[in-house]
Amino acid sequence: MFQLISPSLVDEPVDLIEISINQSQMSVPSAISVAAALLYLENAVFRESPVSQSPRGPYCMMGVCFECLVEIDGERNQRACQIEVYPGMQVVIESTTSSSIGAEEEL
Amino acid sequence: MSTDLPEPEVKAHYDVVIIGAGAGGISVANTLAEYGVNVVMFDESSRPGGQIYRNLETNASKLTRLLGRDYAAGKKILTTFRNFIDKGLIEYYPKAKVWYLNSDNEIGVSKSGLSYKIRAKKVVIATGCQERPMPISGWHLPGVMSLGAGQILLKSASILPKSTVLAGAGPLLWLLAYQYRRAGVKVEAIVDTAMPSPWWSTSIHLLKALVAGEYLFKGLYLMLNARFSDVPIHRSVTHLKAVGNQQFESVSFKCNGEHYQIRADTLLLHQGVIPGLHIAEAAGCRIQWHGPQQCWVPVVDKWGKSSQNHISIVGDVSGIEGAKSAALSGKTAGLRLARELRKISGVQLGRLSFLSRLSRRRHQAIRPLLNVVFRVPVTYLNPPDEVVVCRCEEVTAGTIRGITKQGCMGPNQAKAFTRCGMGPCQGRMCSSTVEQIMAHELNRSVADIGRYRARPPIKPITLGELASTFSSPES
Ligand SMILES: Cc1cc2nc3c(=O)[nH]c(=O)nc-3n(C[C@H](O)[C@H](O)[C@H](O)COP(=O)(O)OP(=O)(O)OC[C@H]3O[C@@H](n4cnc5c(N)ncnc54)[C@H](O)[C@@H]3O)c2cc1C
Ligand code: FES
Repeated sequence: MFQLISPSLVDEPVDLIEISINQSQMSVPSAISVAAALLYLENAVFRESPVSQSPRGPYCMMGVCFECLVEIDGERNQRACQIEVYPGMQVVIESTTSSSIGAEEEL
Repeated sequence: MSTDLPEPEVKAHYDVVIIGAGAGGISVANTLAEYGVNVVMFDESSRPGGQIYRNLETNASKLTRLLGRDYAAGKKILTTFRNFIDKGLIEYYPKAKVWYLNSDNEIGVSKSGLSYKIRAKKVVIATGCQERPMPISGWHLPGVMSLGAGQILLKSASILPKSTVLAGAGPLLWLLAYQYRRAGVKVEAIVDTAMPSPWWSTSIHLLKALVAGEYLFKGLYLMLNARFSDVPIHRSVTHLKAVGNQQFESVSFKCNGEHYQIRADTLLLHQGVIPGLHIAEAAGCRIQWHGPQQCWVPVVDKWGKSSQNHISIVGDVSGIEGAKSAALSGKTAGLRLARELRKISGVQLGRLSFLSRLSRRRHQAIRPLLNVVFRVPVTYLNPPDEVVVCRCEEVTAGTIRGITKQGCMGPNQAKAFTRCGMGPCQGRMCSSTVEQIMAHELNRSVADIGRYRARPPIKPITLGELASTFSSPES
């Protein structure tokens, strides 16, 4: 659902780094937020709402809505839009609905 | 660059603490540093610049050009800011979130998992605005985001939606349409919810706005840019809904009596911006209702002084005026603080601040026109029964209406009855709607209805951080 801007519109190619999402290694652009990285990986659903277990994803990207909560390096309920990725970061998405990432391991 | 240097250690006492490194906060810091006042600045983001100048220091020159001239214009204040940091006059802490401020100027700030309690003689709140929540049916589906979120993804991650619909109203909508067009995004449609405003009030405000002609010119340019692109524009739209099962699939609406349904990957919603008041309120600053802007604003004087004498409030958190005005209000407030700290004389204060105050008045002249042209239609303030208003606790407009009919007296009581506003966002996504629903239901003004009380911590902190809170040694 999201993609990197066309290479002709940036000065230098984007650096990629490896992070782990639900224990799968993934390549994502460096120096972007965890939420941006997940959207770049086509992952729109970040969690389920506690009340009705309906799927939710980031809304504001500026730390206001708290819809982007995921587990980062063992710490739960972190706002993915406020934390930058770094190599080796461990992200866990708790959603069971449609998270495409790491699904193979569960099958 | 100095971001790579080890950061100074947080101390226990400061003369001036500035919260927020956007156009407003940076201007206060630069002004004070110029007159030799040491300041410390905390900002939740990893880089300075706030909303408008997000990632300007690090973005490639091609992307900066694409984002437009107003974006690139921030380089000047950011360069000055860096120079003062390098000289040691400004102590700047990125990734530092302020979660507490009280009327005694005690500040709670957390950084890298540690929390500090510090004190300052003067505090400046420059925490900016947030987008006004736009509650429509299905707005909680993944794939529906705020329009600002789309811009943040472009500025800070260079990523773009593969296909999108922009819906709502306000200057930012036309700006993003322009930026997306230049970045090659497939915008399936622009769904404009602004309703025609009465010609007489528009004309009066238009005349007054002529002194700030560059805004009119820019607005016209952005709208014509969209008009002459191949993106369909639907105007005066009603019955806007986001449709999808587990995720957003399409947007439906009515326009000129016809029903439309448009498929896209994402839907970006916008209904203007409103001040983020949690910190100011927690510190006991007086807040008042601003009818024309349809939001609450803090009470401040022309120097940015709040009702708490030692707290100044600058930039968009003091009332929506845009980036240029934010910088000017920051400069004026900075000069006033320099006077209070005896770095300049009263005569100097008058002379040095004169042009900033005058120039700000000119920039303010565009606001009444924007308030009328982009007035929020009632349906986004007082949405239909089935719409989820509080996203955290999943409380619908119908439930709020129901308890109001049963005698619930205001937003704080509604919290106790329904849990609305008690989730992790602390009411940031529902307060503006809950107040409006109650006001409409009781036929009273929002000013009478009141708002949620903000309680610290005003940003989430972990128990670990709270337990680790320590006052740094005096130095
Ligand atoms: C999403 C969005 C996009 C926008 N884009 C544009 C644009 O492209 N062009 C334009 O003219 N205007 C834009 N605006 C309007 C914009 O707010 C103003 O033009 C301008 O940025 C106001 O500057 P400011 O200094 O008042 O606030 P901001 O620029 O918002 O800066 C506030 C700073 O405070 C920090 N902060 C907030 N709370 C805390 C806390 N508790 N602890 C620590 N730090 C905190 C934030 O991280 C931020 O860096 C946008 C607004 C929003 C909400
Ligand atoms: S997307 Fe809103 S808090 Fe992260």
